[in-house]
Amino acid sequence: MWAFIHKFGSPKWFYGISARLLPWCWFLAVALILVGSIWGLAFAPADYQQGDSFRIIYVHVPAAFLAQSIFVSMAVAALVFMVWKIKVADMAAAVMAPLGAAMTFVALFTGSVWGMPTWGTWWIWDARLTSMLILLFLYVGVIALRGAFTSRDSGARAASVLSMVGVINIPVIKYSVDWWYTLHQPATFSIASRPSMPVEMWWPLLLMVLGFYAFFIAITLMRTRNEILRREAGKHWVRELAAGDA
Amino acid sequence: MPSSDTESLRGVEPVEPSGGLGVAMAATLKRDLTLAARRRSDIMNPLAFFALVITLFPLGISPQPALLATIAPGLLWVAALLATLLSLEALFRADYEDGCLEQLLLAPQPLPALVLGKVCVHWLMTGLPLALMAPLLGLLLALPAESYLVLSLSLALGSVSLSLIGAIGAALTVGLSRGGVLLSLLVLPLNIPVLIFGTGAVQAAIIGDPVGPHLAILGALCCAALMMAPFAIAASLRISING
Repeated sequence: MWAFIHKFGSPKWFYGISARLLPWCWFLAVALILVGSIWGLAFAPADYQQGDSFRIIYVHVPAAFLAQSIFVSMAVAALVFMVWKIKVADMAAAVMAPLGAAMTFVALFTGSVWGMPTWGTWWIWDARLTSMLILLFLYVGVIALRGAFTSRDSGARAASVLSMVGVINIPVIKYSVDWWYTLHQPATFSIASRPSMPVEMWWPLLLMVLGFYAFFIAITLMRTRNEILRREAGKHWVRELAAGDA
Repeated sequence: MPSSDTESLRGVEPVEPSGGLGVAMAATLKRDLTLAARRRSDIMNPLAFFALVITLFPLGISPQPALLATIAPGLLWVAALLATLLSLEALFRADYEDGCLEQLLLAPQPLPALVLGKVCVHWLMTGLPLALMAPLLGLLLALPAESYLVLSLSLALGSVSLSLIGAIGAALTVGLSRGGVLLSLLVLPLNIPVLIFGTGAVQAAIIGDPVGPHLAILGALCCAALMMAPFAIAASLRISING
């Protein structure tokens, strides 16, 4: 068990294994998003009330899913880094934060674009919009705190503490904001329960959600590999790698 | 007699700290209270800021009592939150600069408990005075009189959480030269639940709804923060000092 953890924590081992995983993740991501978006945008039936404008759901919902999942993954990586001092975990957390912030922004932006034809306004102070906005601020805080330290190690540990504090607070914020005001339609998509939308609309959405997750994994692996090379640039194996490539 | 001096030094056993956790916490409380009593302006500044911000709103929005009364609970709570935030930057700053914080970290007693003592003093010096002053400013904003007690209670209870959560941010940024703006960026999103239920309690009191549920949730948030925040503060201080 311990040997496994230490092996997994070694940047060199991670660099090797991720090179083998990466093509599969990219393949899955591209295939799922391609099939899902063509199916969803061209072949799924139009909504009887919202017409074609509902199709933005195929970007909006996966992005919103990812926005929350990435924060949790970041906090888990932070915990692993703080407890076992595994450097790769911190590298992963570092590259996840900007991606999570981008996904939160995409979810907010597409929600706003969707809100105009549906609700007749770009923005309302509704519970879910508000908690997404707060999530964006939490991401910005984590990124800013990491950048504020001159020592990379201190920045990493400070950002880890903040991610863990944030992830404890997210449910509290979510429920308090829900209580504060609820106007948003109830959740339209859930893997566990029966779909409340027609099956031919639900399938492409499922593909898109899975595709976005595959995309998240692929891009995290790729950026973590870059981060490994940047941080371990002085190490012997990285120099050998660079010499071999050249 | 230099030789006997060195010998006597060599003979000195490392002094075991006398007294347990209670003594250490009492000492921390006493020290911080004494320091606060000697720097009275630090207590007055958040109060003056609170009053000043509240004065700006009638000038900026409208002096009509009916309009002010509707937005008063939110204004008072947001202004109090900002006043607390303003005072947070100084929470560990002086101790960090003169090295006391390192002594605190080296103390044999658990750091979370000692930090809790410091946060407690911060609340006594900011949260409590703000809560006591709020009804006076509520009067200026034409807040209905029946909500004064709830306003004070909700602020007193909520500002415990504000102090505890804010101390995490203060501990994370104490080592940075210009941590002020970053501190607000870190702390404000985490304070939103307290704000929601604090203003909720005051609004419920104005329209005659039961205020118990809101105050109960504020109390629950306060208990959760009391349990968890000291550990986060202690971990953050260790990062700030060692980095």
